[in-house]
Amino acid sequence: MDSVLGVTYKGGVILAADQGNARSILMYQKNLDKITSLSGHTALACSGPHADVVNFSEFIAKNIKLYEFSKDGTVLSTHAQANYCRNELAKALRKGPYQVNNLLGGFDKKAGGSLYFLDYLASLQKVNFGAQGYCGHFCLSIMDRDWKEGLTKDEAVEIIKHCINEIHTRFLIAQPNFIIKNIDANGVEIVSFGEDPASA
Amino acid sequence: MSYDRAITVFSPDGHLFQVEYAMEAVKRGSTAVGIRGGDCVVLAVERRAIAKLQDPRTIRKIVSIDDNAVLAFAGLTADARVLINKTRLEAQSYRLTCEDAPSVEYLARFIARTQQKYTQRGGVRPFGLATLMVGFDSGKPVLYQTDPAGTHSRWKAQVIGGRNAKSLREFLEKKYEEDMSESQCVRLCIQALLEVVDSGAKNMEVCVVRMGGGKDIMKEEDVEAVVKEIEAESEEGKRATSGDE
Repeated sequence: MDSVLGVTYKGGVILAADQGNARSILMYQKNLDKITSLSGHTALACSGPHADVVNFSEFIAKNIKLYEFSKDGTVLSTHAQANYCRNELAKALRKGPYQVNNLLGGFDKKAGGSLYFLDYLASLQKVNFGAQGYCGHFCLSIMDRDWKEGLTKDEAVEIIKHCINEIHTRFLIAQPNFIIKNIDANGVEIVSFGEDPASA
Repeated sequence: MSYDRAITVFSPDGHLFQVEYAMEAVKRGSTAVGIRGGDCVVLAVERRAIAKLQDPRTIRKIVSIDDNAVLAFAGLTADARVLINKTRLEAQSYRLTCEDAPSVEYLARFIARTQQKYTQRGGVRPFGLATLMVGFDSGKPVLYQTDPAGTHSRWKAQVIGGRNAKSLREFLEKKYEEDMSESQCVRLCIQALLEVVDSGAKNMEVCVVRMGGGKDIMKEEDVEAVVKEIEAESEEGKRATSGDE
């Protein structure tokens, strides 16, 4: 049910996710932040059952932190982090799978902004834009039409807003709150949120 | 195979010789000084002469264990790497399970516990190093020391490694004051190190740890400036006393 979106632009990536935590007919909370920072320059937008989302993203984040400490501050590239995630998903797949579908976005000086699509069966694909969940049915065609090489940050945010609008108009499930994050040379920052994740 | 027999066994008069020999290994290591001030902790280590063809940047004696804990060691570098990596793993593990940063005291206790385990297990030898772990616990600066026996204790100022650790400790006992400022701590650290190393900023590495911000390795020029200040003062002192005669 979760909606997770990502769009790359020249100099970074925009990640967006809905803020709802729901099961069956119940809405538990509407202020969730499903986008976890993995390092200073990467973030993982994770969709799936809340338990798996939290378990997986925290586990990956702490392991990446450990790697950076152990190598005396060497920073893992986005490509390497995405492959690490894929590896962990693959290892768990035939034991106790993580039911998470992710979009990993990051910024590297050489590669610029990059986005990786990871699904729960541990497939990995580098993409220019992507979506996880039902929202893909509504949003991928919008991104197909509007995305082009060399977008600016504001243009990328516009595409995301266009997608969120479509979700609000046509998707059966009400997802009033979306959190949008930007990853660029300055790190990971919140662009906007529907409800403050820090609110009790 | 006799590998399951302990390497560390008691002697008839109650000594653990392997542990004591490990402490000798620490004495052979290069000196590290730690001083706790009012709002900072300063670590200074002796940088032994490096071979001409070696890249000095690959020799690191002051390392980060976690965002809020910094460590310097004296003794076997290879053993240190193993112990440091175990501790880094423990710090992240603590963060994952407790959703909170481990205190410096917790990490020092972990290192001590690990060092002790290796004195009471079959087929292994103790870690040949002592560590100085610094950081802030509950907003207050702290300095912990661990040794090959597996003890850990909190200190206001401490020296590990080098043949003159004992006399340096006495030097610190004389000069230490409570709640020193950052510059006073840096000065005292460098003064202590100058007793054992040849003069010159390139023979020492000084690191300041402040509240909330990781480690700040002082630039060589700044260290050199303090060294010159200390030497100038001692010159004056010598001249003053010789003038009195």
